[in-house]
Amino acid sequence: MSESDVTRDGVRGARPGRQAPTGAHAGRRRRGRRGRGEQPMVPEAEFSSYYGKPVLNKPTWKPLDIAGYLYLGGLAGASSLLAAGAQASGRPGLAAPAKLGAAGAISVSLAALVHDLGRPARFLNMLRVLKPTSPMSVGSWLLAGYAPLTLTAAATEVAGRYRLLGSAATAASAVLGPAVATYTAVLLADTAVPSWHEGYRELPFVFAGSAATAASGLALAAAPAAQAGPARRLAVLGAALELGAFRAMKRRMGLSAEPFEQGRPHLLLRAAEALTAGGAALALFGGRDRRLLLAAGAALLTGSAALRFGVFHAGVASAQDPKYTVVPQRERLERGR
Amino acid sequence: MRDGDEVHGHLLYGPQPDVAGASGYPDAPPRMGFFTDTSVCIGCKACEVACKEWNAIPEDGLVFTGMSYDNTQGLGADTWRHVAFIEQRKPFGGQEPGVGHEDVDVFAAAARLGTGASSPGPGATSPPPGRAPAGAPAGEISPVSPDGRTELRWLMASDVCKHCTHAACLDVCPTGALFRTEFGTVVVQEDICNGCGYCVPACPYGVIDQREGDGRVWKCTLCYDRLGAGMEPACAKACPTDSIQFGPLQELRERAAERVAQLHAAGVTDARLYGESPDDGVGGDGAFFLLLDEPEVYGLPPDPVVTTRDLPDMWRHAALAAVSLAALALGSFARRPR
Ligand code: SF4
Ligand code: SF4
Repeated sequence: MSESDVTRDGVRGARPGRQAPTGAHAGRRRRGRRGRGEQPMVPEAEFSSYYGKPVLNKPTWKPLDIAGYLYLGGLAGASSLLAAGAQASGRPGLAAPAKLGAAGAISVSLAALVHDLGRPARFLNMLRVLKPTSPMSVGSWLLAGYAPLTLTAAATEVAGRYRLLGSAATAASAVLGPAVATYTAVLLADTAVPSWHEGYRELPFVFAGSAATAASGLALAAAPAAQAGPARRLAVLGAALELGAFRAMKRRMGLSAEPFEQGRPHLLLRAAEALTAGGAALALFGGRDRRLLLAAGAALLTGSAALRFGVFHAGVASAQDPKYTVVPQRERLERGR
Repeated sequence: MRDGDEVHGHLLYGPQPDVAGASGYPDAPPRMGFFTDTSVCIGCKACEVACKEWNAIPEDGLVFTGMSYDNTQGLGADTWRHVAFIEQRKPFGGQEPGVGHEDVDVFAAAARLGTGASSPGPGATSPPPGRAPAGAPAGEISPVSPDGRTELRWLMASDVCKHCTHAACLDVCPTGALFRTEFGTVVVQEDICNGCGYCVPACPYGVIDQREGDGRVWKCTLCYDRLGAGMEPACAKACPTDSIQFGPLQELRERAAERVAQLHAAGVTDARLYGESPDDGVGGDGAFFLLLDEPEVYGLPPDPVVTTRDLPDMWRHAALAAVSLAALALGSFARRPR
């Protein structure tokens, strides 16, 4: 069975991994990307591990469901703000797509959550208790309040009747909207996953900015150019918040920021940066050209999605490599807390 | 007494002398737990088997990993006890110089086998009694230092759910499927678990996991059903060397401190306790360990902190971000002076 040979120069062709590596040889090695792009901020760390096996169990969430859920929640939450603003400032052309967008996005995001859970009854089971220590419990109740409001707002918009009820629902959904857009950051951060937890201070701001760019992207693509002014401004402000907060977050995180700079998350996050910045610039200088506005909207929508998927995958990668769990903890111990 | 924090401990982190009481059991029995003394573990995996048998856990994949004798790899939905095998080229006690065999040509020695006068000849696997050189323990692998210790050491440790004082899995569960028992342990109720999977990344030790094709999560219950009937958990019952000890946590802590002192006195200076301190990041573990190397060598986190310690701060930042988002929207609608 064994393919190995014992020679005078030692063993050749032996199966690797009989001996638990202790010290410099431990852990899986990742090669840093060459050339352009940021250099890994921390030198390759030396640490011990159990055969390079992860310390944590990796999140079992399906990426499409949960990253999609985060993205659509943001899109919906910020769209509700746009809808309320447009309604209050007399921009029906902007209010309509924003209301429909909020209702549609939150419905699909709920569907994604139910799909991840396995069956609809399980969402109702979420509402059997309210636990402030569980962001998922808080979020479920938030959605249970928010989703009907957006649906009411959208339904009255489509029906063109019950204006008063519609306005009230729009205003109320705008109150809950920002919370829907940012609570998902706590949902990720309240775990032991290094690349999610370590960024807990800035991640809500990243998600808030990304929600703003997504909602303004949808509005730019769907609203008449004459009424898209606020969406343009929101796109620029949101992009600034998202990109700024993400930079600040990575700077503070140290080693656990590394998964953002490697592999698939790196590609996704680079794309997110380029699309968001480009989309915001187009929104600002695009004038009234429909095609340019459409392109700006599409860029902003995809950029925001890429950001959520990038953050999601980086977290999973950080949970799978024991280095990101062990090294910061070891350093903390050596510093004496 | 009004200083609740002092007496009852904190709800989210820090020392908590009365876990069961804080969870609403007024007359709880003493907190029960495991002390796993890995220095006497012989790697027989009786605990793994006993756990599987008693709890009727499905098979978890028959793979040959090549990782020493470890084919279960780690804790998960279908592995509630996991015996780790660490092969180390490290002297156990003091290293004995001069026993290296780098200068011996084994191929030449093999060619002379059976031809030399002192050779026992083909067929003999060990020198007959009385013919072995003085001081060489018969039948043992060389190189052996005078005290009988070999240069390769095996660390074996049976890992399990830590039944944390502040259990992240329990705190983040949105349905209340995870609960604190009257014994201070942490148990999943399989009929309530929603399969949301939130507890999985929340556990700082990588214990609880989702069962494939089931969707729900599973982990060690510290044999809640046996405890209720006054029996000890299946793994502790099956352990032939008493490496796994079960009992009131306070008693176990005292016993463990004594054992460490004993090992240190015997020259095993690597011995240390892991997870026993109520001052650590999870408020102390209900299942703690005596290890002979750094925790990360065994696949354990060196300094785990319950994630909910930062939860109030997280909510604060999220609220601030939500307000910022609303402010951005408001700013977007503000009319610019023309
Ligand atoms: S070790 Fe993990 S699964 Fe066990 S009680 Fe602690 S947090 Fe929960
Ligand atoms: S998977 Fe089950 S036990 Fe874990 S957090 Fe969700 S509902 Fe609770």
